[in-house]
Amino acid sequence: MEKIIKGKAFVFDANIDTDQIYPGRFLDLTDPEDVAKHAMEGADPNFVRTVKKGDLIVASTNFGCGSSREHAAVTLKAAGIGAILADSFGRIFYRNAINLGIPAIVCPDIRSSVSKGDLLSVNVASGEIINETTGAILKAQPFSPYVMSILDNGGIKSLVKGQLQEQGLK
Amino acid sequence: MHAIEKILARAAGMKAVKTGEIINCKVDLAGINDLYLQTIRSFFEMGGNRVSDPGKVIVFLDHYAPASTIAQADNQKQFREFCWDQGIDLLMDIDQGVCHQVLADKGMSYPGEVIVITDSHATTHGAFGAFGTGVGATDLAIILATGQLWFRVPEIIRINLEGGLKKGVYSKDIALHIIGTLGADYGVYRAVEFTGPVLRDLGISERMALCNMTTEMGAKTAYIQPDEITTSFLKNKMKQDYTVFTTDSGYAYFAEHTFDVSNLKPQVAAPHSVDNVADVVKYAGKPINQAFLGTCTGGRTEDLAVAAAILKGKHINPRTRFIIVPASKSVFLEAMNRGYIQALVEAGATFVTPGCAACLGTHQGILAPGETCITSSSRNFPGRMGHGKAEIYVASPAAVAAAALEGKIVDPSDYVK
Repeated sequence: MEKIIKGKAFVFDANIDTDQIYPGRFLDLTDPEDVAKHAMEGADPNFVRTVKKGDLIVASTNFGCGSSREHAAVTLKAAGIGAILADSFGRIFYRNAINLGIPAIVCPDIRSSVSKGDLLSVNVASGEIINETTGAILKAQPFSPYVMSILDNGGIKSLVKGQLQEQGLK
Repeated sequence: MHAIEKILARAAGMKAVKTGEIINCKVDLAGINDLYLQTIRSFFEMGGNRVSDPGKVIVFLDHYAPASTIAQADNQKQFREFCWDQGIDLLMDIDQGVCHQVLADKGMSYPGEVIVITDSHATTHGAFGAFGTGVGATDLAIILATGQLWFRVPEIIRINLEGGLKKGVYSKDIALHIIGTLGADYGVYRAVEFTGPVLRDLGISERMALCNMTTEMGAKTAYIQPDEITTSFLKNKMKQDYTVFTTDSGYAYFAEHTFDVSNLKPQVAAPHSVDNVADVVKYAGKPINQAFLGTCTGGRTEDLAVAAAILKGKHINPRTRFIIVPASKSVFLEAMNRGYIQALVEAGATFVTPGCAACLGTHQGILAPGETCITSSSRNFPGRMGHGKAEIYVASPAAVAAAALEGKIVDPSDYVK
């Protein structure tokens, strides 16, 4: 995947659960375009109207806690979010985001270092995050080699697809 | 090694595993529910053709039971057709109930098993000494295609429960107290094991509630070492043998906490966070519009028994509605045989189809703006059960039933014989 991701930050506080990221009443929608229309609706009803492709989400601890709904990751991807940076993540959301090829980056104290609208430059490989608005530099936790390989493949589906094809050839 | 690590090592075909290691495990039972049509889509997007082991896959139509919209009906239709096409015989249709309770009822949750379900509350199966964990649609699709999934071996936290519970205090109160003390993110990426003498007083139903609620502190899985309570529960339900793994003496936990529950009072998680926990009396007198009893957290026969004992021969407050969703068909039938349903309906309760119902705000008891609900389910996130301006208080089944009776939050201890 791209080594450097640059984008404008939307900021959220602690314990943003997947019901706020994607309300349960819309779970019967399945096409990503429809799912994108309700991104972050429970936390910020104006989000969908103002988000632009490549924007970033910055959050405090436990972002994506609660339900295992993959819609929460699908909606952010379909809304064009380039990366999610948080002090920590709910574990199922973390897997879902990585599986879809969204860099979910664990960076302790990121929330307190970023304000809404700050321009961030994120080096996915090295974990260096530069807040170009304030000049602050932060260091994210590195991805494990396996997670990095999922992101490099644009998500786990293409990775598994390749493995299944290889097994088919044997 | 810890028993959880031994389960994972067995599933990974390894002699030993260590904390932090990424391993690939064979999954003994993979469950999909009707919110996760994306599972089928991801399976085909990955080039899947035939499900690798259809006998290890179970599909639950529980979240939308029965369908309330055309879109829900269409999702369920596609699931049924997928099961028929793929030879998945374990199709639990809309009559069966919530996935976790169905597995318990059918003896499909047992010691040493690796259970992966597209549902965060899969931690519930720790009550049986299984490794249960929740995943999203695409992870489950990988299991459909390969029979396996990768896991990071988690750090393990021991929570030791000492003392004895007072009248009117339940494992739900213990869970809420622990989450309130340690925080909603304390268990993230980690596993939680419960130990201690209190477990001897907790039957399977209460253990399931306890393990279920570890999801609300972020836990990957929960665990209770199987004992005679576990084996006697499974005795008449299971045909096959199972292995009970035990933790090596001297195993070093990531952290250990002891809670003496002897003086614990009924608890409540107030809006809008599961760790915003206090004694229920702090909110006594708060009027409620809806009381909600049920789901995988608090809708078992024992929970309906508590509610029936409080309400038998009485009637709920006229300004309150009391919605009850039995966790499963078996629970519904057993409660019926014991007369709980009769007593509760006469007391003014509204029963809905066994399943998830209003817990996740899709149907069967949605809240209007400005309304207040007390629930025996697990979550009070903003908008969880309907409008974002509704308020949800999470408490024990006894607290829910007592609140339905009075039309306001009360201390349930005064209502339990």
